[in-house]
Amino acid sequence: MIPTPATNVRVVTFKIDDRDFSAREDETIIQVAWENGIRIPSLCYLEGLSVWGACRLCVVEIVGSPRLVSSCSTRVAEGMEIRTDTEPLQAYRRMILELLFSERNHVCSVCVSNGHCELQNLAQQCGMDHVRIPYRNAAYQVDSSHDLFRVDHNRCVLCTRCVRVCDEIEGAHTWDSMGRGIHTQVITDLNRPWGESDSCTGCGKCVQVCPTGALVQQGTSVGEMHKDRQFLPYLSRMRDAQ
Amino acid sequence: MSRTIAIEPVTRIEGHARITLQLNDEGRVDDARFHLTQFRGFEKFCEGRPYREMPALTARTCGICPVSHLLTSAKACDELLSVKIPPAAEKLRRVMNLAQLLQSHALSFFHLSSPDLLLGWDSDPARRNIFGVMTENPAMAKDGIRLRQIGQSIIEMLGGKKVHPNWAVPGGIVRPLSEETREAMRKLLPEGLVIAKRTYAFYKTLIPQFAAEAETFGNFPTMFLSLVSAKGNLEHYDGWIRIKDAKGNIVEDMVPTEEYPRIIGEAVEPFTYMKFPYYKPQGYPRGIYRVGPLARLNNCNSCGTPFADVALAEFRTLQESRPVTSSFHYHYARLVEIIYALESMDRLLRDPDILATRIRARARSNRDEGIGIAEAPRGLLIHHYRIDDDGLMTWMNLIIATGHNNLAMNQGVKQVAQEYVDGSKLQEGMLNRVEAVIRCFDPCLSCASHAFGQMPMHIELRDADGHLVDQLKRG
Repeated sequence: MIPTPATNVRVVTFKIDDRDFSAREDETIIQVAWENGIRIPSLCYLEGLSVWGACRLCVVEIVGSPRLVSSCSTRVAEGMEIRTDTEPLQAYRRMILELLFSERNHVCSVCVSNGHCELQNLAQQCGMDHVRIPYRNAAYQVDSSHDLFRVDHNRCVLCTRCVRVCDEIEGAHTWDSMGRGIHTQVITDLNRPWGESDSCTGCGKCVQVCPTGALVQQGTSVGEMHKDRQFLPYLSRMRDAQ
Repeated sequence: MSRTIAIEPVTRIEGHARITLQLNDEGRVDDARFHLTQFRGFEKFCEGRPYREMPALTARTCGICPVSHLLTSAKACDELLSVKIPPAAEKLRRVMNLAQLLQSHALSFFHLSSPDLLLGWDSDPARRNIFGVMTENPAMAKDGIRLRQIGQSIIEMLGGKKVHPNWAVPGGIVRPLSEETREAMRKLLPEGLVIAKRTYAFYKTLIPQFAAEAETFGNFPTMFLSLVSAKGNLEHYDGWIRIKDAKGNIVEDMVPTEEYPRIIGEAVEPFTYMKFPYYKPQGYPRGIYRVGPLARLNNCNSCGTPFADVALAEFRTLQESRPVTSSFHYHYARLVEIIYALESMDRLLRDPDILATRIRARARSNRDEGIGIAEAPRGLLIHHYRIDDDGLMTWMNLIIATGHNNLAMNQGVKQVAQEYVDGSKLQEGMLNRVEAVIRCFDPCLSCASHAFGQMPMHIELRDADGHLVDQLKRG
């Protein structure tokens, strides 16, 4: 998480895609961009949760810097010149999406989130029309032991939104991640079936923030899982107001 | 010297197949086989998935008859929920099933088979297709395309998509029917009926010239298996299994869905990916039976709609003896069913209850086993599921309409080949007749593919001079 700066913040001026902006210096590039209608693609970033910087879809170029930075975890600075949509960036994003699609089994046509999936939308938005990397076709389990919800690891992109919302908003910390690298998997409690979890309150926040069909409500058939994205900004606002 | 003729690929069918003809020293056909060469694997990769995905997932088996899988799967899932679905949902499912029957039969008759019937078995193969029909008889080609469009449009109006609508779900369907959509659908039906009757009348005039084909195209005694309604009438969505023998005697009647394992067994042969279902009490391969339009018309007491019943009476005059045993008359039966589908849809859509807003029964899985049965365009379709306590699939068996006809198709291929193929002066038209007997059954091979055990395999590694270096054998 980015540490909160002091209250006497300065206002800085900078450029995003050749347009002049000014913002508080404690704001991140993605915050300013989104507030001003510049849709930098992202999967793991979610307003109201801590910053994770895992998906790398929000990478941007900063003029004069030799490396790409993730816009969710980089603050704006005085004189910064940011490019959000260059051809190399588009190519990187498509590649990242192709890697995500090839890593697990994202079969959109028969997924409960078909038509309402952030990964699917991003693939369309970024013009990903083929996956050039061989699919891994690795076998992943579905845990349907919970009365209300189901986790399908085939559809998980390891964004950890579920882990963060459970810890930071609900305070239960039922979710966490297990393993390393390509073998990483989100787990409930100490890798017990979700239905046997002692810590899960059944609030469903993890399901609502999940960008794909990995966490879904029981009883949903193909294309029926609509997620409520409004509750998190609302909860955050209410908490800030207190 | 004996030799083998391979017809590959078999054209104007759904899926990939090959026919091999074994010729003896005199160039006559000794044996003939129909091979399904593609493999899908649905029964295996569905294991571990939530049962609620099954209707949409199994529908992906096929782009021609997805509605059949969608509905049969939804019916199997209704059993897992242990619910009786709301009446409006059942009626709407029936409408969609009939719309699919219409479009699939139109595809089979006009697009796939009419080139043989109109242009002739021996005509130029480059023109023997729907484009050739367009040149020869544009009005008929137009009729075929329009009829199929009507069926597909009704599917789209109900399900939101022409192909693979995610519309039927465990417990019912996803959205009720609006008055406007109902009227839009009903407006299409009169035109469809005019086309269907016109085609039927035209086809009747062609029948006399196909007497030789009717005699030899899969014309042999078998049993016939289909669903019938409580009154013994034509039925496509629900009902009970009836089996008639070749003399027209009822062998099994009013067999409920869950008893299908008592009467249907499945055999496996190494030369094809398609299983061989058979009537269990008579054993394999004696228990040969046929399904599909021919079987349905042979088995039912009546259609229950006015024009279709007239056509049914005429269908039954095709042969002196009954039931009609020539597979060539599948084409005729398809046209009768097209009329039936249009009349039945109109009847269902007139029902005011079809607009009811209660269209889905909600429950969680209450049983660990469910069987769904319906009549697909090509015959009886069975989805049989088992799930665990968490609602994940543990086992699945799909018995596909085309599979039921496998024994008969092999026998039909042999009959036609022995009649027409002369190895000493081979002509393309001879082989086309062998393919055409398969088209009578309108097989859907993408649906009917299965694997059982390991495929026998033989791999040889040869060097550049062709000498065998190493080999691997399995099976």
